[in-house]
Amino acid sequence: MTVDSITRKYEPRRVIPKAERQATSAMIASLDAEGYDTVPAPFGHALVEEARRNDRIVGLSADLSKYTDLHIFANEMPDRFYQMGMAEQVLFSAAAGLAREGFVPFATTYAVFASRRAYDFIAMAIVEEMLPVKMVCALPGLSTGYGPSHQATEDLAIFRGLPHLTIVDPCDACDVQGMVPQIAADPGPVYARLPRGKVPSVLTRHKPDYKFELGKAQMIREGTDVLVVSTGFMTMRALDAAEILAKDGIEVAVLHTPTIKPLDTDTILAEAGKGGRLVVTAENHTIMGGLGEAVARTLMCAGVTPAFRNIALPDKFLEAGALPTLHDMYGISRDRVVEQIRGWL
Amino acid sequence: MATSPQQAGAIPNMSLELRAWNIRRKALRMGEVQGQGYIGQALGIADVLAASYFHALNHRPDDPEWEDRDRFCLSIGHYAIALYAVLMEAGILPEEELETYGMDDSRMPMSGMASYTPGMEITGGSLGHGLGIAVGMAMGLKRKQSDAFVYNLMSDGECGEGSTWEAAASAVQWKLDNLICLVDFNDQQADGKTTAALARVPEEGKWAAFGWHAQRVDGNDLEAVVAALDTARNADHEGPRVIIFDTTMCKGVDFLEDREITHFVRVEPDEWQKALDVLEEGKPQ
Ligand SMILES: Cc1ncc(C[n+]2csc(CCOP(=O)(O)OP(=O)(O)O)c2C)c(N)n1
Ligand SMILES: [Mg+2]
Repeated sequence: MTVDSITRKYEPRRVIPKAERQATSAMIASLDAEGYDTVPAPFGHALVEEARRNDRIVGLSADLSKYTDLHIFANEMPDRFYQMGMAEQVLFSAAAGLAREGFVPFATTYAVFASRRAYDFIAMAIVEEMLPVKMVCALPGLSTGYGPSHQATEDLAIFRGLPHLTIVDPCDACDVQGMVPQIAADPGPVYARLPRGKVPSVLTRHKPDYKFELGKAQMIREGTDVLVVSTGFMTMRALDAAEILAKDGIEVAVLHTPTIKPLDTDTILAEAGKGGRLVVTAENHTIMGGLGEAVARTLMCAGVTPAFRNIALPDKFLEAGALPTLHDMYGISRDRVVEQIRGWL
Repeated sequence: MATSPQQAGAIPNMSLELRAWNIRRKALRMGEVQGQGYIGQALGIADVLAASYFHALNHRPDDPEWEDRDRFCLSIGHYAIALYAVLMEAGILPEEELETYGMDDSRMPMSGMASYTPGMEITGGSLGHGLGIAVGMAMGLKRKQSDAFVYNLMSDGECGEGSTWEAAASAVQWKLDNLICLVDFNDQQADGKTTAALARVPEEGKWAAFGWHAQRVDGNDLEAVVAALDTARNADHEGPRVIIFDTTMCKGVDFLEDREITHFVRVEPDEWQKALDVLEEGKPQ
């Protein structure tokens, strides 16, 4: 909306009555995940556990350990933690150097600063060299009302372009806990989006025996009318929407696809190929270059052509404001997911 | 304080102490509206902003895009609450809008952006951008044979970013004596003390070694701030100028100053009024 707002910056605003106001919840941004239990800092705790088993793991952050849950690791294992200061380029260059010397660095910052500021350093020092650096980055997509400087709406598009980089977009605490040991064991570079703070437990409530598997898409819910192929917290939105739509007799299946690259094309093709279902992708990311386009290409090239729609953020710089307002405005709240799917049937 | 912002901006002889006090008060009121905000930073930098806008800067409140104005870049987007306070105090933003701070559809988002707010020259927030943009603006003003200055307000944390030092070297290369960089050295960044991270040697020596005219002063001593701004503008030096301001976070509200200071100072819902009361007691004559 930057263009609209430029034209509106000389337009005085009305003061909203106190009772109708909403806070921006910019910094503390925990997701509104009504009805789910939460786990505090699952990444930090899982990393400590993994680091006890694997003494090659070290942690680095660029002045954001507290905001990426890495402070848990830093407090527990201070001699294995490097505070790199607010300097994202050396954060990733140094992680590359540590990896060359045989260590497995977990480097954290916000997704915007990894994808935008440090991209060249990640591409050349880490990914081209196939070094096992694990880049775990908070505030992916639209996870803060703080405006475009902090909204990593195109991180997946940026990183998908890098050959042999593994990309993970976990949904919940269970995904994060499962992901940490698996990406630590993976021999290559990994970019993971990080839900931080109080992270909801979503997937096991819908599928009690669910376990994260790197590289695998998994059916969380079956349904005969619609197949949602989703990633990140949009899987939670899809599951919540499915429960609402089920009351109207609309049966929505949800295929959770936390690994964006390499994409589990076999499972996606098998499910989308069953026929008779509208296929909808859902991601917390711009419509450009993310899961939607990756799935579209997969289907077209295989000659699988169901009715196909996308739920994603629009191709624009997003506004600042309260996060729930923005999720509604840009179509990734639960209610907007329900409304969009209904409209397409 | 029933003065409207337009009137306030037009009162020529209001003391800088009172300006700084007004800035602190407006920032606290915005924090109260939103229940949060970077209030520690705003209270710490209020004196520097008062001296900048009401002593140093050449600007026209009724025409924020006046071609001959001195430019003021807020590189540190999270300090926007402080800049909105000074823009209101200067009469560039109406004081009523204070109550929209950080709300949906506000012109005052929590992180400063040029497209939202009159008087906000650049979009900050992705830290390490301001100085480079200021370099280009200073180059542009020289090309246009303008006498205007470019001020860039940045933080000690930002001195960690490589881009800061690319810009610092560039400003010297292009002999930008119309560029004045203001660094808020509050010895705080997101994870802890700046001196415990990348600021292991005194900052002024680094800037001087790059070829800048460098000063370091107490950023909460208004007289010293004013003198440093005057020196920066008038110094007989071929290149850019920097002033490193040592500031105290939460300055002016003792119970917040005494709190264990972190990057994001928590203020409980009932403490906003208490902070305003404490400030009121210290109101300058
Ligand atoms: C490039 C970049 N990296 C990280 C951040 C996240 N961040 C926001 S404020 C901040 C601390 C920066 O230090 P400083 O401005 O000195 O902090 P303060 O004095 O306000 O505590 C960080 C790391 C950012 N906004 N931009
Ligand atoms: Mg600081």
